[in-house]
Amino acid sequence: MSTARLAAAVSATALVVVGLAGCVPNAPAGTEAIKVDITDTGCAVGTATASAGAIAFDLTNSGTDVNEFEIYAEDQLRIVGEKENITPGQTISYVAQLQPGTYYTACKFQQIGAPIGVAAFTVGGTAATLSPDDQAAETQAITNYISYIKSQTEELLPAVQTFVAAYEAGDDDTARSLFAATRAYYERIEPTAEAFGDLDPKIDYREVDALAEGLDWTGFHRIEKDLWAPKAGDLNSDGTDALAGWAPSTTEQRQQFGDGLVADVQQLYDLVHAADFSVTLADISNGAIGLLDEVAQSKISGEEDWWSHTDLSDFQANVQGAQVAFEDVKDIATAKGGADLVSQIGSRLDALNTLLAKYGSIDAGFTAYDQVSDAQRKELSDAVNALAEPLSQLTHAVLGVAEPTE
Amino acid sequence: MTQTPAAEPGPESGLSRRALFGLAGAAGLVVGGGVGTGVTLAATGAAAAATANVRYPFEGAHQSGILTPVQDRLHFAAFDLSTSATRDDLVSLLKDWSAAAARMTAGQDVGGGAIPAALTQPPDDTGEALGLGPSGLTITFGLGPTVFGGEDGSDRFGLRSRQPAALQPLPRFSGDALQPGLSGGDLCVQACAEDPQVAVHAIRNLSRIAFGRASIRWSQLGFGRTSSTSTSQVTARNLMGFKDGTANLKSEDPGTAADVWVQAGDDGGADWLAGGSYLVARKIRMLIEDWDHQQLGEQERVFGRDKGEGAPLSGGTEFTALDLDAVGASGKPVIDADAHVRLAHSSTNGAVILRRGFNYVDGNDALGLLSAGLFFIAFGRSPEQFIAVQRSLAGHDALNEYIKHIGSGIWAVPPGASAGGYVGETLFA
Repeated sequence: MSTARLAAAVSATALVVVGLAGCVPNAPAGTEAIKVDITDTGCAVGTATASAGAIAFDLTNSGTDVNEFEIYAEDQLRIVGEKENITPGQTISYVAQLQPGTYYTACKFQQIGAPIGVAAFTVGGTAATLSPDDQAAETQAITNYISYIKSQTEELLPAVQTFVAAYEAGDDDTARSLFAATRAYYERIEPTAEAFGDLDPKIDYREVDALAEGLDWTGFHRIEKDLWAPKAGDLNSDGTDALAGWAPSTTEQRQQFGDGLVADVQQLYDLVHAADFSVTLADISNGAIGLLDEVAQSKISGEEDWWSHTDLSDFQANVQGAQVAFEDVKDIATAKGGADLVSQIGSRLDALNTLLAKYGSIDAGFTAYDQVSDAQRKELSDAVNALAEPLSQLTHAVLGVAEPTE
Repeated sequence: MTQTPAAEPGPESGLSRRALFGLAGAAGLVVGGGVGTGVTLAATGAAAAATANVRYPFEGAHQSGILTPVQDRLHFAAFDLSTSATRDDLVSLLKDWSAAAARMTAGQDVGGGAIPAALTQPPDDTGEALGLGPSGLTITFGLGPTVFGGEDGSDRFGLRSRQPAALQPLPRFSGDALQPGLSGGDLCVQACAEDPQVAVHAIRNLSRIAFGRASIRWSQLGFGRTSSTSTSQVTARNLMGFKDGTANLKSEDPGTAADVWVQAGDDGGADWLAGGSYLVARKIRMLIEDWDHQQLGEQERVFGRDKGEGAPLSGGTEFTALDLDAVGASGKPVIDADAHVRLAHSSTNGAVILRRGFNYVDGNDALGLLSAGLFFIAFGRSPEQFIAVQRSLAGHDALNEYIKHIGSGIWAVPPGASAGGYVGETLFA
C-alpha cells in the first residue's frame, strides 16, 4: 500500500460517522419475523428461506453469555447483516436488507472465534436496483465492511493464541501446521492493520524490512524462521547469509515473541472494535486495490513467506479480502454507471480464483511456493495484472465521478 | 511505396532535452520533404527539435516501421495470448492496440491521457513520454504461427484455414542455440523511435492494455541501428566495429517493394496478408571479448570488408560491388570462401532481405562478459528469403566462430490499418 493511500485511510477514519439505527427499513407489515434461537453451541434459524427485501428476525439468546447473530454472503467471509451484544435471556428484533441469493446464518458465542451453527439461508424474489445516490446503501456497505473487519479479528485472535501456544511449548509440528491458516485472517484485512501505523510492522514485517528500517524484528515472520529454521548456506530473500545476525530463539525469546504477537493482535482487535473505528467507502475499494498490490509486490516473488513457502495461502487470503471489499461496494459502483467495470472485475476475480484453486485451498493447504515453476508464477502474475487494471478503477467508480467522454 | 517523415509540430512541440542527448551520439539525422531529397544535418539544436517532431503515419497501405528509415532505438516485444483468450479477445486487443498506436505515433498519450481529471483515477497513460514528441515512433504488429493453431491440431481462434502456408516455425539451422524464453510468441510488436524512452513507453503501454488478454513472453531493447534502409542514411557499425548491411535493400530502389511486400495472389488462401510482410527476428549473441583480440587481418577476412571504410576486400569504396571472383597473388580468393559478405550475398544464396537490426547490450553474464550482440530483424515477401540467406551462413560463415543465435521468431505482418480501421482487420474480415 502506498504511503499516500495509507495516509488517506488513516485520516479518513475520523470523517465518517456511521449511523446504523436509522438506516435499516422496518419489516413490512404482515410479514412474520423469523425466530432465531441462540445458544452457546447453536444458532437455530426458524426458516431457511425468505423473500428479498427487508427480512425481520427475532433473536433470543437462551445461552449463558453474550452472543451475536451474523449473516454471511455466499463466500462465508463477507458479512451482509449483523446484530451484536445480545445478552443472555434477551429477545431482540433485527431487520436485514437482503438481495436474492445464498447466504449463511451463524452466531458467535462471546463474540469471538469461529462462527457457530453455520446454516444456509436462501433469499428468493427480485433484486432491487440501487439509485445512483443511495445513501442508505452506502451506509450499509460501510456497516457491513466494518462487521467483516471485526469478524476477521474475532477469528484471528484465538487462532493466534492457539498457534503461539504451540510455538512457545516447542510443539513445532503443530505450530507449522497452523501457520498459514492463522495468517489468512490477518492477510484478508491487512490494509486495515497497515492504517494503524506501527501495528503491521510489529505483526507482519519480514526480516529484511525490519533490518532496513532499524526495527526490532517481531511477529509472524520472526516465528516462521524459528519454525522453518535455515541451514548453513541458506540465504535470506535479499541474498544475505540467513544465519548472519540470527540464531534460533531460546525458550525465553519464544515466549517473548509469542506473547508479543498475541498482544499486538489483541491491540488490532481492540482498535477495530472501538466505538470510533470507521471506514469510508473509498477506504473499502482502496483496500481491495491495496490487497492486490500486496500480492503483486511480495507474494508473486515468494518473498513473503520465505522460510515456510506458504505464499499461496497469503495470496489467496489477500484475494479473498479484495473480493469481499469489491462485493461489498459493487452494487454502488453499478448504480453509478460502473456496470461494465464491475462485470470485468468479477470475471477476472473468477479467473484468478480458478487458477489458485489448482494449487489448493487455505483449508486444505497449498502447494509450497518453491515447488511452483517460473512458468506457473508467470501465469499467476498475468492473472493478477489482468485483475489489477480494472480493480484500480473501482474507487473512481464507487465515488461516482463522471467518466470523461472521448 | 515509401514513407515520408513529416517534420511537423507535435502537440508538445519544442526542444526535448532527452532528444538532444540522444542525438548527440547519433551520426546525423534525416529530415526533409521527401525520400531521396532528404538531407543529413549535423547534430544541432534545430535538428534535435526536428527529431522529436518527426512523425510517421500509423495508417496506410503498409505498416510503418519497415521501409521507414531505420530509427536509432528499438523496443521489441513478443506476446503470448492468455490461455483463456478468445477470438473476440484477439480482435479487441488488435483494435485497442491500433488505437493506442495511432495516438502514440502522433506524439499523444493513450486513452484518457497521462493526467486524468480526477485524482481517484489511475492514469490511462503511464506518462514518461510527455513532452518528448512523436520522435519518429513507429509501431509494427505481427502474428506468429501459433495464432493460427497449435501443433496438436487445435484452432483456438478459428484461424487455421487462413494461415499463410509460409508462416511456419523456422527450420533448425546449424549452430542454433535457441532458448525458448527468447524465442517465439503469438504476437510481436516492434517499436522504433529516435528516443529510447518513447520506444519503451510504447511497449509499456501496449503491454498494460493487453493485461488479461496477452502478456509479454520476452522483449528486447536495441540501440544504434545496424543497417540503413534509405540511401540517405549512412551505414552504421555493429558491435564488432564493422559497417554491416551495406548491401541492404533500400526504400528508394525500385525493386524493393516486390522483395518486401506480400503481393496479392502470392498465397491464395491468405490474401489478407497482401500488402503485408514477414518479420524474422534473431537474437545473435556476440562473443565480444574473443572477437576483440583477433588480429585486424583475421577480422577483415571474416567479414570480407575492410574495417575502416567498409570497402570490399576486392577493392573500391564501401558501395563498390563485391568481386567474388577476384583472386590474390597466392591464388586464393581475395574475399575468403567463408567470408560473411560472400555467404550473405544474393549472388551466393539467391535471396535479398530488408535488414532492420539493432545492437543490444543486456548488461553482462555471470562471468562478467558483456551480454551483447545483434538483434537482427529482417522483412521479406516470403520467409524463404531469410531461410536461404541463413542456410548459406549457418554452415560455413567464418563469423560463426564469434556469434551464437540464442533467440528466434517469425511473424506475419499484416498490411497497414485503413483509416479508422485496425491492424489485422483483413484477417477477420
